[in-house]
Amino acid sequence: MSGEGLTVRDLRVTFDGFKAVDGVDLDIRPGDLRFLIGPNGAGKTTLVDAVTGLVKATGSVRFGSEELLGKPVHRIARMGIGRTFQTATIFEELTVLQNLDIAAGAGRGPLTMLRRRKGVPESVTKALETTGLTDLRDRPAGVLAHGQKQWLEIGMLLVQDVKLLLLDEPVAGMSQDEREATGELLQRVSEDHTVVVIEHDMDFMRSFARSVTVLHAGKVLSWGSVAEVQSDAKVQEVYLGRASEPEPASEPAAASVPAAEEA
Amino acid sequence: MTTTTSPTETTSVVQPSVSPLERFRVPGAFLLGAVLLIGVAPLALSDFRLNLLAKYLCYAIVAVGVSLAWGRGGLLVLGQGVFFGLGGYAMAMHLKLADAAATGQTLPDFMQLYGTSDALPWWWEPFADPAFALAMTVLLPMAVAALLGFFVFRRRVKGAYFAILSQALAAALSIWLIGQQATTGGTNGLTDIQGFFGYDLNDPVNQRMVYFVIAAVLLLLMAAARQLFVSRYGELLIAVRDSEERVRFLGYNPANVKLVAYVVAAGMAGLAGALFVPAVGIISPALIGIVPSIGFVIGAAVGGRASLVGAVLGAIVVAWAQSTLSDAFPAAWTYLQGLLFVLAVGFLPGGLASLGVVLRRRRTQTRTTPTVSTAPTGETA
Repeated sequence: MSGEGLTVRDLRVTFDGFKAVDGVDLDIRPGDLRFLIGPNGAGKTTLVDAVTGLVKATGSVRFGSEELLGKPVHRIARMGIGRTFQTATIFEELTVLQNLDIAAGAGRGPLTMLRRRKGVPESVTKALETTGLTDLRDRPAGVLAHGQKQWLEIGMLLVQDVKLLLLDEPVAGMSQDEREATGELLQRVSEDHTVVVIEHDMDFMRSFARSVTVLHAGKVLSWGSVAEVQSDAKVQEVYLGRASEPEPASEPAAASVPAAEEA
Repeated sequence: MTTTTSPTETTSVVQPSVSPLERFRVPGAFLLGAVLLIGVAPLALSDFRLNLLAKYLCYAIVAVGVSLAWGRGGLLVLGQGVFFGLGGYAMAMHLKLADAAATGQTLPDFMQLYGTSDALPWWWEPFADPAFALAMTVLLPMAVAALLGFFVFRRRVKGAYFAILSQALAAALSIWLIGQQATTGGTNGLTDIQGFFGYDLNDPVNQRMVYFVIAAVLLLLMAAARQLFVSRYGELLIAVRDSEERVRFLGYNPANVKLVAYVVAAGMAGLAGALFVPAVGIISPALIGIVPSIGFVIGAAVGGRASLVGAVLGAIVVAWAQSTLSDAFPAAWTYLQGLLFVLAVGFLPGGLASLGVVLRRRRTQTRTTPTVSTAPTGETA
C-alpha cells in the first residue's frame, strides 16, 4: 500500500452558471473506504468527474503530491486513479478475460500489442479470483448478469493497478445477495487500496463504510465516521431524515431499478 | 446493453470449443484462397478476365484496410479514394516519366500538349527515381492519414462527422486534380501507361505478372491484417470501437489506437492504388472521388466489414457486379449500389459473413425464448 491520499481543496465546478460543486474540501487517507452520500444533485458524481478529468474544475485536487486538475483523463488514469460509472461500461463483445487483459495493459509497448495474447497475466488471474469470475473468463462480457458486470468493472480497476478506486453507485440494481457480495469485495479490496464509493443505499453504507462524507448542494455538509455523521443534526435534516422513507423518484436509474432487477 | 435476470441462464451460451478442425480453419482457408488466386484463376480465366480480376483484387486490398478501420475500429472511412489516389498518382507519375524517358523525351505526353512550360514541375522530379516513387505510394497516403487523423481523433471527431470529413477530402482532392490540367492531366488523369519498370504492359505475359503481384500483395496484407485482428491491439481496437470513454479511463489514449488503424488502412489503400495503375493503365480523378470512395466501403459492408474474408469477397463480388451490371444498365447501377449499402448496413450489419450466425440465432429463437443477444462476433475472419 503506497501512502498516497487524495486531497481536494476548494473544488468548484460550474455548468452554465449552476454551481454543481461549490468549494469542496476533502481528505481521503490511504486505505480508507469512504462513502460519498447526499441527495440527488448534491454533486457527488460531478466531484468524481472533476477528480478524474472528465469535467473542468477550479481549485486543487492532489493525489499524493501531484496536482490532477488540468491533466487529461488517460494521464490521470495512469497515475493510479480508476473509476466506474453508474451503468457498467465493459466491452460486451470481448470475453471477461479480454476485458481484464486490456485493463492490465495500458503500459504495454508496441511489440507486445502486435502479438497475440499468450497465457494469462498474473494480475488478471488474481483479479478473476478476487471477483469470483474465474469460471466465466471465456464468456463474452455482454452475457454476464448485472452484478457480475459490476464486479468485472471492479476487477478491471484492480488489474489496472490503481491505488484509488472511485465507484459510482456500484450496487445500484443489485439483488440483496449481490449487494452483500459486493460489500465484502469492497472490504477485501480496501485492504490494499483506497476506495471511494458514491452510494444511495443507506443500509449498504451503514454496513460497509469506514468513513462518510455528506454532500449537499455542492458543499460538504458533514464528514466523519458513520456514527458521527448519523448523529449530525444538519445531516438528519437534509438527508438521513428523508432517506428512511422511499427515495424520491427523481433518479429512477438509481432508486427504482433494484425492485425490477431482483434475481 | 443486455441484462440477464439470473446467472444460471447465462450458462446456456455455447462455449467456443477448440477442435482440431477449428485450429486449421484459418490456415486452411488461407491456403485455399492462395491456391484459387495463384493457381486456379490464371488457368481458368482468359487474359481479359484475369485483368478484370486484377482490378477487383485492387479493390479487395482497399477492403482489407476498410475492414480494419471500419469493421474493427468503427471508423467509417468514406474517403479512401484520397489514399487510393495518392498511391495511384505516385505510381503513375513514375511510370509516365519512365515512358517518356524510354522515347527520349523529358516531359510526359500530356504535358507537351497542355503544359505551359518546357520544364518538369519540381515536384515531379523525384518521382523519376523508382525507389522513391514506390516508397511514396505507401508513405504519402500514410503521412496524410497520420496528419489528418492526429487532429481529427484528438479533437474527438467521430461517427457521421468523421465520415463527412473523409468524403469532403475525397471531393477536394479530385477537384484539385481536375484544376491542375497542366501538371496532373486534369479530368483525363494520367493515361496511356505503356511500361511497368521496364516491362511492356501491352504484352499479355507481363499483364499476368502484374496479376500475380497483386494477388500476392493481397494475400500478404490479409495475413498481416489477420495478425492485427488477433493481436492485443486488435482486442483493444474493438474495445475503443465499442466504448471509447471506458478505454480512456483505463489509461490508454484512444486517439492513438484509432490513428494506427486509420494510417494502416490508408497505406493499404495507397498500395492498392499503385497496383491499380499497371493493371488498368490509368488513374484519374473520376476513380478516386466521392462515388468510388463510397464504392470502396460497400463491398466490405455487403460481405461483412468485421470479417476479413467477408470484406475481401464482398469487394470482389460488388466490383464484379458493377462492371457486369453497369454495362447493361448504366443508369441503374448507382441506385443499386446505394440500395446495397443501405440494406447491408441497415439489416445485416455483419454483412453476408454474419448470415450464418443470424440464421442460427433466429432458428434457436423460434424454439426457445431468447435470453441473450450476442452481436455478430469479430472472430469470423
